[in-house]
Amino acid sequence: MTDNMRDKVAIVGAGCSHFGENWSSSAEDMIVEAAFEAYRDAGIEQPQRQIGAVFCGALYPSRGTAEVAEALKLFDLPITLVQNYCATGTDAFRCAAMAIAAGLYETVLVVGFDKPKDRGVSGPSVSLTTSRGLPMTPAGWFSLCAAKYFETYGVGRESLARIAVKNHHNGTLAPKSMLKKEITVEDVLSARMISWPFGLYDCAAQSDGASALVLSSARSARNYPRQPVWLKGVAVTLGRNPQSDPDFDFLGWQPTRSAARECYRQAGISNPMNEIDIAQLHDCFTLTELLSYEDLGFCARGAAREHIEQGTFELGGELPVNTDGGLKSFGHPTGATGVRMLYENTLQLRGEAGDRQVAGAATALSHNIGGTPQACGVVILGAD
Amino acid sequence: MSGISSIGIHIPRLRLPLSLINAPDAKPSRAEKAVAGFDEDVITMAVSAARDCLRNAESGPVDGLYLATTTSPFSEKSAAAIVAKALNYSEHVFTADFGASLRSSAAALRAAMDAVAAGRAQRVLVIASDIRTAEPYSAQEQQLGDAAVALLVDANGALRLESDAVVSRQLYDVWREDGAATLRSWEDRFILKHGYQEGVVAAMASLAARGGPAVGSVRYLACYAPDFRSYRSLGRHLGYDAQQLVQPLFGRVGNCGVAMVPLLLAQAVDDMTAGERLVTVSYGDGAHAMSWILDAAGHLGQSSLSRQLGARLQMRSYRHYLQCRGLDVNRVPVNPAEGISATTSFREQDADIAFLAARCLACGTEQFPPTRLCYRCHEQDNLETAPLSSRRAHVASYTRDYFFPSPVPPVVAGMCEVEGGARVYVQMADYDNRELHTGMPVEFVFRRIHKAGGKPAYFWKSRLIDSTETVEATTERSAE
Repeated sequence: MTDNMRDKVAIVGAGCSHFGENWSSSAEDMIVEAAFEAYRDAGIEQPQRQIGAVFCGALYPSRGTAEVAEALKLFDLPITLVQNYCATGTDAFRCAAMAIAAGLYETVLVVGFDKPKDRGVSGPSVSLTTSRGLPMTPAGWFSLCAAKYFETYGVGRESLARIAVKNHHNGTLAPKSMLKKEITVEDVLSARMISWPFGLYDCAAQSDGASALVLSSARSARNYPRQPVWLKGVAVTLGRNPQSDPDFDFLGWQPTRSAARECYRQAGISNPMNEIDIAQLHDCFTLTELLSYEDLGFCARGAAREHIEQGTFELGGELPVNTDGGLKSFGHPTGATGVRMLYENTLQLRGEAGDRQVAGAATALSHNIGGTPQACGVVILGAD
Repeated sequence: MSGISSIGIHIPRLRLPLSLINAPDAKPSRAEKAVAGFDEDVITMAVSAARDCLRNAESGPVDGLYLATTTSPFSEKSAAAIVAKALNYSEHVFTADFGASLRSSAAALRAAMDAVAAGRAQRVLVIASDIRTAEPYSAQEQQLGDAAVALLVDANGALRLESDAVVSRQLYDVWREDGAATLRSWEDRFILKHGYQEGVVAAMASLAARGGPAVGSVRYLACYAPDFRSYRSLGRHLGYDAQQLVQPLFGRVGNCGVAMVPLLLAQAVDDMTAGERLVTVSYGDGAHAMSWILDAAGHLGQSSLSRQLGARLQMRSYRHYLQCRGLDVNRVPVNPAEGISATTSFREQDADIAFLAARCLACGTEQFPPTRLCYRCHEQDNLETAPLSSRRAHVASYTRDYFFPSPVPPVVAGMCEVEGGARVYVQMADYDNRELHTGMPVEFVFRRIHKAGGKPAYFWKSRLIDSTETVEATTERSAE
């Protein structure tokens, strides 16, 4: 496998726009909002001179690299657009970290953004350009494991509902979240059905948003005003398509298992439940978060239900998951999501997460999975 | 024995100078197209061509009238029956309507030849008549024209069919879905290469394999053509020289649909002497090549083609053409990019329409959709096709999707595991709201998935097996 980047790269600045149906903000507005918060955080006053390269992640940009260059007036330096399904933001971060670890740049900017709410549809847009593979909806793709998992482990929609309730609660504590509304298990179970077993509250909404990070080499990291947050491990994997893989087991997502294995190897983690303090998991649908507990090795296969019932993953639990409310509360502007998770983990590791702060958090994981699903990214950050 | 004994033609007198289409004040160009008047349709044009045909033939009863058109005014009601009545035929004449494809005129002609050769009919009148309409101001509009041709088939006809060959293919190249006023088409370069050229070449190869004539022994080639350039380059590709190609009448009549090849046939025969050969090729959802010989003993009189080409009424405005067609000047053309991609569905029809999986010859793994490298052993390009449609499967996962647009939500979909084979992601047909669980047995049925962009898209769905068996069992009991 690859060598690792452990402790070679640090996050020295982080920013995030408000996430939501930002009808009156353009992509430019959100990029400027997120990047300038990160600049201020890192004490960067002359970005045109201080930043060596930009990696941006956006899954449906209107113009891509030029949108970022023109919004931030960053010209005559390399700007690269990265796309990798829902791991787009995380992969943009990984590419930026590699550029620093390779010794090419001292300071690199990461910008994740997407503006789906200009498309005129309330959910993802539906493609009718094929006859096979339909209905081509994310809810349909991510429900693929539901029937088999439910039948095998005696789990039902109630377990999923408790995840939605938890994340909605956490979202009320995050100033930049889209949804700030407590809900009940009953609300989740009685909402209209989107794609069985997912009712409305089991699904993350589409939203607009941007998030930005300033990365530095280890050598320079302590020159910035804030406490550096260290990269311990990062892995992006592409897995088989569950819709055509003859060996798919319908009990979880292989890309998460392989990305986690590689990321833990880099970070030197052997017991994730004990060694990881907080995690931001890809809760595009409640079942995605549930399966990720198991795919990431937080608990044994089939044990998620009892951990949900014990409150293991709640803010006061043993391993708080989605401390800011996750995709459930922020919505999912695809390119921004992975970077937003790194923003949250940076705040948590610095002890700056306000009402949702997890005391003493020193090791934090973030995770995205997307496609049908096939693409996964996992990042582990450490406070020192 | 059977052959064509008489040819009749109708070219509408109205001619639209092509220069007027895009520039109303332009000087009328010499290039023009024949346009059916506001009071003409495929039926009136067919009657006119039939009367011209019978004027040239010895009068006498016919026992069959086949009308081919893609633009009948009726989806249900026989246009052939109206033509027969207008010709004052006995009600015992076998009338039949051929349509839906530009190849239907060749199909009608072949059917008439077969009927006469088999002794099932004495004289059959075959008429091809078309009034096809392109989007206003489109490139296609410059090419299309209107005309009808009638061919009388009998046992003594001098133009004899020696051999023919048909290939049937399906792709979205040029089409018009039910209810649409104008033709749709996909990108030119794709449809000319993979539709027109490949289809015609395949039919000609098949004709040669069946003992068709060598290029050097053919006096004329009369081939359907969407435009002049394609016609010329196809002729070259097939090895014919310019003198062997019948003038395709672009700039005079235009591409007149099902009547185009019969019209070129008429033009060729007017210039042929006894013993000479003609090859015609009709195109549309495949191609139909026919090899003809002008019988030394027989005689076909001169057709009215040159006279009708000369009898012209020049239209003064494009607006007049739009009025004849009943078209709105301000209509917004349909976006051909909506719905399935014609090129994608062309490439994937073995998987999507024929429902063929791939089976690895190295490790035996069956996979769908077919891939180049085996999913399990990664062997490259060593797979055979494996038909799925007749095999049973079971439900491996499912969802009921209320988000995907459907006239009858929810869309039930999921993975099915084919017995001894591939896994496929399909929707479920005829779902009756029952509890689903993994392992339920299903079979496959062919269904339309959607109609986006005016291109109906087809694929296979699963259907629970026990529900079908219940229906069949009930039917059997009631039959007892």
